[in-house]
Amino acid sequence: MSENLIKPENLVYQKTEALTDRVMHYCPGCGHGTAHRILAEVIQEMGIMDQTIGVAPVGCSVLAYYYFNVDMQEAAHGRAPAVATGIKRVFPEKFVFTYQGDGDLAAIGTAETIHAINRGENILIVFVNNGIYGMTGGQMAPTTLVGMKSSTSPFGRDTKTMGSPLKITELIAQLPGAYFVTRQAVHKPGNVRKAKKAIRKALEYQKLDKGTCFVEIVSNCPSNWKMTPVQSNKWMEENMFPYYPLGDIKVPEDN
Amino acid sequence: MAKRGDVVIDIEKCKGCEVCVSVCPQEVLALAPEVNKKGYHYAVKVNSDCTGCTNCAIVCPDAVITVYREK
Repeated sequence: MSENLIKPENLVYQKTEALTDRVMHYCPGCGHGTAHRILAEVIQEMGIMDQTIGVAPVGCSVLAYYYFNVDMQEAAHGRAPAVATGIKRVFPEKFVFTYQGDGDLAAIGTAETIHAINRGENILIVFVNNGIYGMTGGQMAPTTLVGMKSSTSPFGRDTKTMGSPLKITELIAQLPGAYFVTRQAVHKPGNVRKAKKAIRKALEYQKLDKGTCFVEIVSNCPSNWKMTPVQSNKWMEENMFPYYPLGDIKVPEDN
Repeated sequence: MAKRGDVVIDIEKCKGCEVCVSVCPQEVLALAPEVNKKGYHYAVKVNSDCTGCTNCAIVCPDAVITVYREK
């Protein structure tokens, strides 16, 4: 009855060539995989695979250099924006991105993040925020929500002793060097499409030498939040989004 | 009438996170009772209502879904 649709001329979606064939080590349902994929898709669609240099962080995404089919450099913990600065200054015609988690970017790397953006380095920073230190076993991060339980805040984050969750994206949006700052998510098809557009925009701005573009991706951590992936996405919508609202935070004034 | 589509799932790379199952508007996908070599219940097609909308593929963290749609 139904003829076979699986023919090359009917192909509408396949894994991008800008990702390697290696199976990612991420936990099932982790947003890192989707974030990697959309960044790789944009790189392939722009035809800049041979002109892109990525900088991998420390954290869950420390092995990002195995997955992107572009030139990659591993940075010391938190120092990805500093390493990217060096790479971009030596190869100003290349597209340079860093891919960092919240522990890397908003905790140990706060200084590098702020100063690189303040200098307006012409790089793309992709920041994946899941509110917890995933790789080391779910300790409290600067971005952990108030009242959220983690292995080092077992009774929930108490602002009196642990401070408030750091909105690093709003913080760096104040800096004159930041050109385009946005917050997206990758848990639903619509969000994935929007996040991909934001990354595309950021790389287009990099071509025009506009300054630092910063794309935050609010993500989940099913393993350390101790939920199924689908539950964690729902929890993220209900708890993370009110504190970290999605949308553009700083858009260029000249367009 | 909506166009017909089809999906091909790389079951050995699927981690059974079920995110694709929850976003399919046609309820085409489900987790298999069997497991792959890594021990995950992988995603499978359970009916032929696929329209090739690519929702499942674009939320798949492991990029294991390939989508076809009739022209």
